[in-house]
Amino acid sequence: MATTRQIDCTVNGEPVTATVETRLTLADFLRDQLTLTGTHLGCEHGVCGACTVHVDGAAVRGCLMLAVQVDGSAVRTVEGLSDGDALSPLQQAFRENHALQCGFCTPGVLMSMQSFLDEHTNPTANDVTEALSGNLCRCTGYAAVVAATLQTARDGVEHHDQSPTSGGNGS
Amino acid sequence: MKPPPFHYHDPRTVEDTLHLLSELDDAKVIAGGQSLMPMLNMRLAQPGHLVDINRVDGLAGIGWYEPEQVVRIGAATRQRTIEKDPDLARRYPLLPEAISHIGHFQTRNRGTVGGSLAHLDASAELVAVASAAEATLYAASTRAVRAIPMADFPRGHLTTDLTSDELLVAIDVPLWPDGHGYAFEEFARRHGDFALVAAAVLLELDTTHRSIRRCRVSLVGLGPAPIRLTKAEELLNGGVADDDALRSAAALARNLSAVGDDAAPAEYRLALAETLVRRGLRRALRRATQPTTPEVN
Repeated sequence: MATTRQIDCTVNGEPVTATVETRLTLADFLRDQLTLTGTHLGCEHGVCGACTVHVDGAAVRGCLMLAVQVDGSAVRTVEGLSDGDALSPLQQAFRENHALQCGFCTPGVLMSMQSFLDEHTNPTANDVTEALSGNLCRCTGYAAVVAATLQTARDGVEHHDQSPTSGGNGS
Repeated sequence: MKPPPFHYHDPRTVEDTLHLLSELDDAKVIAGGQSLMPMLNMRLAQPGHLVDINRVDGLAGIGWYEPEQVVRIGAATRQRTIEKDPDLARRYPLLPEAISHIGHFQTRNRGTVGGSLAHLDASAELVAVASAAEATLYAASTRAVRAIPMADFPRGHLTTDLTSDELLVAIDVPLWPDGHGYAFEEFARRHGDFALVAAAVLLELDTTHRSIRRCRVSLVGLGPAPIRLTKAEELLNGGVADDDALRSAAALARNLSAVGDDAAPAEYRLALAETLVRRGLRRALRRATQPTTPEVN
């Protein structure tokens, strides 16, 4: 029953056409077919947040979507944050605040915090903590991530093509 | 931890979806997938066919029906859409408050209202709200569209009244007067985890603001289906709205029967139920007494 489909999408702004098995998750598609291995897989049931990516501007679990479901969509991964070798403001703040140690959870944390900053320009530490609750870290801890995120917000949030919308990603 | 093979279908219309569901054996509908995808990844679910309704037109949205005094929510409406809807925040704030407890914002970006109800997890927030709200669920098939009162919808653990050829298309939530009291209280060991117990409360005062005209209290986490705490409602309806009354009403939760497990025995769940109902009633009463601008996330 090896059913496959052709999908067309953009990944980090680049058009992608690929043939995927219909049961392939978005995270495995990114990692195994596009070799974008920045997206990590931890629990594969939506709890750890390591696979968090953006689909049409909304942060989602890459392990809880199928690759066929992003046909026609714009996907952004952690590889799409930096401009070449120039770190994004959030990534730079992570570096300055020592917000990562082993780095396993970091891609998902970055994508969650970037999505959060896209929608919140003046967050409190509580807001950040709440937004961070869907990403598990098992070594560094969360305090430095909160500090880095708050610093990025203070320094002026990077603006993206998607303006903060009130309706999530709708249907 | 990878999904098993299945035949994949992504219909564009409700009609095509219903034909698929009536013709296919062993088909499973996927909406937001935030419960079904983990079950597929863990191979707890191995359907022959996956019918993806994310590209179906007309299944998502919020509609206000003023003559009937209901808000109709399309089954495929994302939880995040409900959470951030300004009209719901003003007119039915119990819904966004409850939804803020579901998982995390990344899962709420995908998760849908209908998906949560059709999955019918024993501790699901939206199940508690639909119960307290006396929502009506609409199930469509090639045969007919059927209205199911929420009270008749649960049929057992993760099991609903939906037949294999039916699709949950919308739910109707009867409106309460502006300024009504509401509260969603939940206890989970970590924020975003499944609730051990959760309580949904709706409350309306009479014109003097001294007595309770009517209230509704629903609990999840005590068994496979939500439980309406009707004894507490009967005690409070028409009575004086003071703290003694709220405490007595909440104490009735102790008389319910609960299904416990090693993590949370029945007695513990009932103790939680009493506490959460008491907190919920107090907060709902406070909000009904002093209506303020609802908190928006």
